[in-house]
Amino acid sequence: MNKKSFGSRLVAAPYLVWASIFVIVPLVMMAYFAFTDSSGVFTLSNITQIGKYKKAFLVSILYAVAATAITLLISYPMAYFMTKMKVSSQRMVMIIVMLPMWMNFLIRTYSWISILANTGIINTFLKSIGLKPLHLINTPGAVILGMVYDFIPYMILPIYSVMSKIDNSLLEAAADLGSNAFSRLRRVIIPLSMPGVISGITMVFVPSVSTFYISQKLGGNKNWLIGDAIEYLFGAGPEYYNVASAISLILMILILLCLAVMSRFSGDEEGGVIV
Amino acid sequence: MKTFSKIYVALIILFLYAPVAVMVFFSFNSGGSVWIFESFSFDWYKGILFDTAMMEGLKHTIIIAILSASAATVLGTAAAVGILALRRKIFRSFATTVTNIPMMNADIVTGVSLMLLFVFFGRMIGLSESLGFITVLIAHITFNLPYVILSVIPKLNQTDKNLHEAALDLGCTPVQAFFKVVIPSIKTGIFTGFIMSFTLSLDDFVISYFTCGHYQTLPVVIYNMTKKTVKPDVYALSTLVFVVIFVLLILYNTVQTKSEQRRTLNA
Amino acid sequence: MAKENIVELKDICVSFDGERVLDGLSLKIKDKEFITFLGASGCGKTTTLRLIAGFLDPDSGDVIFEGKRFNGVPAYKRQVNTIFQRYALFEHLNVFENVAFGLRVKKMPESEIKKTVSDMLSLVNLQGFEKRRIATLSGGQQQRVAIARAIANKPKVLLLDEPLAALDLKLRKDMQKELRNIQCTLGITFIFVTHDQEEALTMSDRVVVMDKGKIQQVGTPKDIYNEPKNAFVADFIGESNIIDGVMKKDFVVDFSGHIFKCLDEGFGSDEAVDVVVRPEDVDIVPVEKGMLTGTVTSVAFLGVHYEIIVDIGGFKWMIQTTDECFVGDTVGLYIEPDAIHIMKKSEYSGLYGDYSSYSEEMDHLSDNTQEEE
Repeated sequence: MNKKSFGSRLVAAPYLVWASIFVIVPLVMMAYFAFTDSSGVFTLSNITQIGKYKKAFLVSILYAVAATAITLLISYPMAYFMTKMKVSSQRMVMIIVMLPMWMNFLIRTYSWISILANTGIINTFLKSIGLKPLHLINTPGAVILGMVYDFIPYMILPIYSVMSKIDNSLLEAAADLGSNAFSRLRRVIIPLSMPGVISGITMVFVPSVSTFYISQKLGGNKNWLIGDAIEYLFGAGPEYYNVASAISLILMILILLCLAVMSRFSGDEEGGVIV
Repeated sequence: MKTFSKIYVALIILFLYAPVAVMVFFSFNSGGSVWIFESFSFDWYKGILFDTAMMEGLKHTIIIAILSASAATVLGTAAAVGILALRRKIFRSFATTVTNIPMMNADIVTGVSLMLLFVFFGRMIGLSESLGFITVLIAHITFNLPYVILSVIPKLNQTDKNLHEAALDLGCTPVQAFFKVVIPSIKTGIFTGFIMSFTLSLDDFVISYFTCGHYQTLPVVIYNMTKKTVKPDVYALSTLVFVVIFVLLILYNTVQTKSEQRRTLNA
Repeated sequence: MAKENIVELKDICVSFDGERVLDGLSLKIKDKEFITFLGASGCGKTTTLRLIAGFLDPDSGDVIFEGKRFNGVPAYKRQVNTIFQRYALFEHLNVFENVAFGLRVKKMPESEIKKTVSDMLSLVNLQGFEKRRIATLSGGQQQRVAIARAIANKPKVLLLDEPLAALDLKLRKDMQKELRNIQCTLGITFIFVTHDQEEALTMSDRVVVMDKGKIQQVGTPKDIYNEPKNAFVADFIGESNIIDGVMKKDFVVDFSGHIFKCLDEGFGSDEAVDVVVRPEDVDIVPVEKGMLTGTVTSVAFLGVHYEIIVDIGGFKWMIQTTDECFVGDTVGLYIEPDAIHIMKKSEYSGLYGDYSSYSEEMDHLSDNTQEEE
């Protein structure tokens, strides 16, 4: 209808081309590798081989679910308490929570070895007060702890930002209509903070289920996750690319399924981020 | 209740910073262990200056972060403007989808899929080593773009649509109007997008790991170091990075608070 | 020269998403006049303005500027400037730079810019505000900056899109006068858009009443008020009792069971018509002297007069009177021939002009206030 908006529509073109080549094509490529053998012939054998990695898949999902649940349980009260602070302290605490995110997560994870190792800080302390040392490192618990630690800011921040936008007059209205603190939490705060919870869950679950560093450092070689399998196979050479692609593809589908389930909970269909 | 909440918040902060404290503490260890402290020294700090692998990695990381954040900012700002002007639903949902994929997808999937593309394409044009500076740069631009777009779009939505028209009305061509009026009114969004891209790029390990080849960024260098036993030099470097970021963040925050105060005073 | 048409709209149609916004609109706007588009939101008045400004092209029809077809000429090439509803001032520039914006685009020499800006600022009474930031100005001051910015470009036509809507009542009244003065000083055409009928009547040389994308009536404020063309205009401008009547012959009309003398002619004999009687034109008289008799169903005291609703054979009339009445009184009504205005039947007949729901509305309002307390 008018030329000016035609021109401004065109400026999206470079991005759309870029995204097609570097977002869509790679995924197509991954699917192509997943369904061919190393000479490029169609095969289903990569997919059928995935049975070998069933345990890694199950363990990954289990750990990620546990880590996500624990993170949520810890973060929700944290976010709630943050909203009750003075505005200036809120900003302070938010920076404090965000700051570790800017540190290399490899190092953050690695530091836990110093704390958890058999001769590490906790056990040195236990020994010094005459207690028996605990076996902490290279356990499932250590891996889950690492996930919780690395990704907890991604849970706290979205919940906090949604919660802090809840209009206080809503709570006053609820109180005015006779609801006590508990029912206000259950009927007003929790439902209204759901979008933050959902985005927190996805932001913790996705990196947890696909991690490979945390498990290598804190889980030893007993807690092999699906991310480790992918990293190992891609590192092992081009002849393993096809199987590795198949596993990656399945992982992606798994994540997409989880996100789809999540977005049904949050009730916004079109991934409401853009509009 | 008040004290309980304070204790709770304090405990969480303690949890968040315990490993950081450990890292800082052992970076001053004179010995080579990261859990047995011998005595205080700056040796590891001096050491990293002469560690060529680390310094190379740091250089690569900074170059990639600056270039990818700049490119993503330009491309992403244009994209945000264009996406909002899209009328056809199909284009809009395509744009939404390709913007969401890199944010939603696991880094490892993004990383390996890009690697497959680069390797495949490299083989096609007969390169023996297809991964390197260009590929890691492309990968970073790709995962930075959505963050720029999503920080610019809300600003564009907030901008009074009449501003652009007012500029046209006063004699600007559409392009002049965009640079004179629209860009200034969304500049905070553009800036946020740039900063986010820059920090994400600095911090990225997983995607760089799969796409960088021999052009190793600092996180990849650190990864290779932690494959063997770690010495406190990695801690020393991270402490330095942490301090730099801490200072920058405090500065940024005070500047922002100041300008906000000015705005509320004026209003 | 003064009476020449500066803008002409010819048979313009505009649709958005299949919905007709302007439907065969034609209008001639004279040079140097103050013309107002008046209508409720969605009537197409702002769309008409945007057509003239060049933000929009018509689906069909022509926009003619000084005798030349203007379709497709972009906004920045038109000698027309706009004052936007929320001013659309550039927050990142100070007052001086906002006013100088268009001049800088034109690459006017710096000394001339300085002079023009300071002239403009004194015209809108904002001397000394050059360095101020937009965010530090009050609504009224922002309004003035918007005016200065637009007229600094010496447009031949100034378009004003509900520029006073965001101001409070007192400021709005002042700005109305001031705009009128500015228009006289500059001697250019003002095309003004508003939904406020009082504003339209007090400011304009001519008023264009619009509804459903069509012009309902064009005329001087007096014409519009005294000789509304149809029930919509009669109802939209001021208060009106609109009664079904039958034109017996020239100067004689029958309504509400009484034969009245009137000043209208040229209707067919026994033609069904709409009769308009303004509330202030009805006299309350003792029953025996009345032409019509009715029962008072509600009385509201409004300071200068009472507003009473009188039920006459089931049709509720609104009457403004200075005589006090009480609910339940039986009163007589007396109407002078020149108080009666006859209109042809239109699509709006029967939709407006009966106040039977009026008293109930008032009741609702008072109920609400009680609940809030």
